[in-house]
Amino acid sequence: MENMREIEEIKAKIEEAVKDIKSSATMREIKMKFLGKAGEISALMKKLKEIPPEERPAMGKVINALREWAEKRFDEFEDVVKAAELGQRYEKEKIDVTLPGKQRKKGAFHPDTLIIDELVSVFSGMGFEIYEGPEIENDYYNFTALNTPKDHPARDMQDTFYLGADYLLRTQTSAGQIRVMENKKPPIKILSPGKVYRFDDDATHSPMFSQMEGLVVDKGITLCDLKGMLDEFARKVFGDGIKTRLRPSYFPFTEPSVEVDVSCFECGGKGCKLCKGTGWIEVLGAGMVNRAVLQNCGIDPDEYTGFAFGMGIERIAMLKYGINNMKLLFEGDVRFLKQFRS
Amino acid sequence: MKAPLSWLKDYVDIDVSAQELEEKLFSCGFEVEELTEVGKDISGVYVGEVTECEPVEGTHLHVCKVDCGEKGVFQICCGADNVAKGIKAPVALEGATVYATAKDHVTVEGVMTIKKGKLRGIESFGMLCSGVELGVNGDMFEGADYNGLLILPSSCKNGEDVKPILGLDDYIFDISVTANRPDCQSILGIAREVAAVLKKPLKEPRIDYKTVPDGRKVKVTITAPDLCPRYIAHYVKDIKIAPSPMWLRRRLALCGLRSISNVVDITNFVLLEMGQPMHAFDLDTIEGSEIVVRRAHNGEKIVTLDEKEFTLSHDNLVICDGSKPAALAGIMGGLNTEIKDTTGEVLFEAAKFARDSVRKTSRALGQHSDSSAIFEKGTNEYTTERAMKRALHLIDELGCGTVTDVCADVATEYSDTSVKHLAVSVQKINALLGIEVPAATIREILESLNFGVTMSGDCLELTLPPYRDDIFAYPDIAEEVIRMYGYEHIHGTFMPTAKVTNGGWNEEQRALNKLRALLVSEGLYEISNYSFYSEKDIDMLRIPDDAPERKFIKVLNPISEELAVMRTFLAPSMVNTMLRNLKRGNYEGGEFEIAKVYVPKSLPINSFPEERMKLCIGLWGSANFFDLKGIVENIADSLNTKFEFVAGKTTFLHPGITADIMCEGEKIGYIGSVDPAIIEAIAAERPMMLAELDYELMQKHAKAFKYSPLPKYPEAQRDLALIADAGLTCAQIENEIYSACKYVSEVKLFDVYIGNQIESGKKSMAYNVTFTPKDEPLSGEKVDGFVKKILANLKFKFGITLR
Repeated sequence: MENMREIEEIKAKIEEAVKDIKSSATMREIKMKFLGKAGEISALMKKLKEIPPEERPAMGKVINALREWAEKRFDEFEDVVKAAELGQRYEKEKIDVTLPGKQRKKGAFHPDTLIIDELVSVFSGMGFEIYEGPEIENDYYNFTALNTPKDHPARDMQDTFYLGADYLLRTQTSAGQIRVMENKKPPIKILSPGKVYRFDDDATHSPMFSQMEGLVVDKGITLCDLKGMLDEFARKVFGDGIKTRLRPSYFPFTEPSVEVDVSCFECGGKGCKLCKGTGWIEVLGAGMVNRAVLQNCGIDPDEYTGFAFGMGIERIAMLKYGINNMKLLFEGDVRFLKQFRS
Repeated sequence: MKAPLSWLKDYVDIDVSAQELEEKLFSCGFEVEELTEVGKDISGVYVGEVTECEPVEGTHLHVCKVDCGEKGVFQICCGADNVAKGIKAPVALEGATVYATAKDHVTVEGVMTIKKGKLRGIESFGMLCSGVELGVNGDMFEGADYNGLLILPSSCKNGEDVKPILGLDDYIFDISVTANRPDCQSILGIAREVAAVLKKPLKEPRIDYKTVPDGRKVKVTITAPDLCPRYIAHYVKDIKIAPSPMWLRRRLALCGLRSISNVVDITNFVLLEMGQPMHAFDLDTIEGSEIVVRRAHNGEKIVTLDEKEFTLSHDNLVICDGSKPAALAGIMGGLNTEIKDTTGEVLFEAAKFARDSVRKTSRALGQHSDSSAIFEKGTNEYTTERAMKRALHLIDELGCGTVTDVCADVATEYSDTSVKHLAVSVQKINALLGIEVPAATIREILESLNFGVTMSGDCLELTLPPYRDDIFAYPDIAEEVIRMYGYEHIHGTFMPTAKVTNGGWNEEQRALNKLRALLVSEGLYEISNYSFYSEKDIDMLRIPDDAPERKFIKVLNPISEELAVMRTFLAPSMVNTMLRNLKRGNYEGGEFEIAKVYVPKSLPINSFPEERMKLCIGLWGSANFFDLKGIVENIADSLNTKFEFVAGKTTFLHPGITADIMCEGEKIGYIGSVDPAIIEAIAAERPMMLAELDYELMQKHAKAFKYSPLPKYPEAQRDLALIADAGLTCAQIENEIYSACKYVSEVKLFDVYIGNQIESGKKSMAYNVTFTPKDEPLSGEKVDGFVKKILANLKFKFGITLR
């Protein structure tokens, strides 16, 4: 029965050994010591040859039982050790979650780009294509074709930069209207963003700024259609519940012509500093395309009517973001631009 | 355009408040930019009668008892020399606001509030006021110019508010008149709109006058009929130059004009009232009683009323007598024919001059006047005729001369006084508006605006008001209708008749948006610089004289020299923007601009120039060349192409840190570090990195993206640390690795070392090389073979060894 004694001894040793297990590494080591190929239990197995053959099966069973017991015992301890180890790791890896995040610094689009993108997405849903015309125009496209002949006082409405006898920096994106209508026949729905230039320089004027022109020409287009589209524009750009108001104005290329105000999005129309107490903010000029303009482009004004509108991108940006000086948009100061990262 | 409420009331019974009228005018297209009460700063001032007035010994002061009727009797100390018992004067009681004046009692220095006070120890409970203190001058109230108390008529009731007495309760409308309505550049023009919007009749001013026969001959010749379609001259004799009556002076004063004399005031009054500038010549100074309207001779001179001399050209129109220029047509009279106190005979002028001629002359000479401002916008012969009659009526009414029957009225072939007719369809008007305005309402509106209307079925036969030159077709009538009917009737509809169209960005525009998004994701800020800069900005970058950057288009009328030249490249603006940031303490940053440059086909331009889109990127502060190069490489990636960087030469970049950006053998831009000499010259104090690419060239090389199947077998990688001559470039080594083995799919440099660890004149370059198998897997042995071949080639070609 010496073997049996040995078995008991091994059991006792294992119980003793597991107590010292502090890590998975010692666990593996001790496990090998008993269960490995050269381990103590395997040694017992090898000793089976030394006992009488008739005792071997019984003894073999006992040794196998020991092996199973040992494996189970180690597994139990392994779970304990792993749990302990994980706990330590958690503790060790604990961080101060209030430390600043690591950002991949993003740049920002120019406010004009943000506004143009927004407007394009509003209008492209209504079927407007985007057309960009040249910035250097001749007198015909910028004035004459737009029903503003040479002696017309409306030429003074927009002081013009001249580049040559007949060439100038366009004063309005409306110049693009003519180019579109010369090459495309109705139905026309065009949106035309771009830079324009006027002899003007103060807090709310800049010698270069951007405009967005819209043009619709089709059968049966009415002033009510213009109003409907502007209502949609006002709601989408300035928010639900924003109303528009038309009031009479004058542009040579539209008749009737209107100024378009939106109800003040700051005070909801009650009157505040932004709307100068009127409850309304002027945002754009518009009107029904003048018959003379359609005729100049070879479109029969008795068959087709249309409307056009034009707005200053910087003006919309200044209103929307509360920018108080137009110059900021052209100075490239990173402290300003940074604010448009979102 | 300034219109006093009291003056408008001469023509229309206005029964609404100034504020209500402002809203009405606004709704029908006349925005009131400012509505000002004449006496807006004056309050709490009443009529007071001086009942006791005792001098204060040793001073210029008087202590008075002033009876202010219901307000009470007040003791007031007064320093004015015309204070006396029995007079009535304005009294500012405690809490009143009046103008504060300087020691001279004339110069206004703001508004003050009256408090109880003591003068030389004598209590004073208010102030007796002068005209200046109430903002009233002698043209607004008789005697108000006196430097002392403003004496009120004894008929004034004690305690009455002085504002209505002095006309301080009047309002001035400053109205913005659109360019299509020159007929409204006058009080009468505005009054017509007021009458229409209030649905009241208009009381036309009187234009009748008596004439006496006279044998004098006055001759008018027009040799430039295109610039002067109509000229009327009327002879008035027995002129008695005198001050104008109060009502006339007051009207001029409210509109900001100074009264001069009855004859001159009449011309100014008619200008304001009718919107027709007039002129009066002293006929004694008009040689041969003859007027010639002609273009000036080149070099001809004139001295205008304000004693300025001008040298004229053939483009300028002048009014001459038998020998000399007597007026700058439509702008200002000549000094030599001016009305003087002794003038006995006058030739009145009312004419129509071409609006662009007056505008051009006025601008060219820098000489502007109320008259030129009106002519530039356009005048109308109907008004020209009536204005002359009105002036003659006033001569008669004021008794300042005898109107003769001598009149020279020349209408040239450019004159047009025909009555205009227009037939419009009610249905078409409503179709344009999108609403149904009843025909009867349309008729009413048009009649209120002085259109003659005959209706037959859908058709309106219109006779246009003779002063309206802005009506051509039915949309003009539609506008008249809707501005009076009210824009609030226009309700939104959504193009029910329009065809469906496809909208949105096109492919090219989307590509540009994608580039923008990429650059923003690289941490750059998008900027927008002006399209013009100064020639000095080009000099700043030391661009040679014959470089294409100097073939720029000049702005003929620049806003300043800084913004006088159209950009031919974006670098100068970017450098200036970086510099501006640095000066403001923004020591780090990166920005980009996508904008057009303007390339003329010839100079001066006589055809449309080429507008080329460019991309410019600038980094400043701690960023180095490779930060910028990485961004540019990412652009190439986004275009699905590759850029090559070849050491290059760009005049304003560091000669050792600059490359041409090449794509498929074509130069598409440059990249580099701004020359330290320039950095020093502009005192930037931080390095600047700059890249500029031609957007269209770059976009031309964009490749359509196509999926390629994943390799069937795993790729193999090897790191090679090489020792090479310091002069060898990374690109040379890379290219050699690629060409040595067709399985190499990527070569990535991950380390460069120069230092003690290796021989001097050498550098260590460590590459990670990827081998991609083709038809069969790559075994370790095979890859080792490739590496051997690569190393052998490198050694043979460049003497490179393995570290």
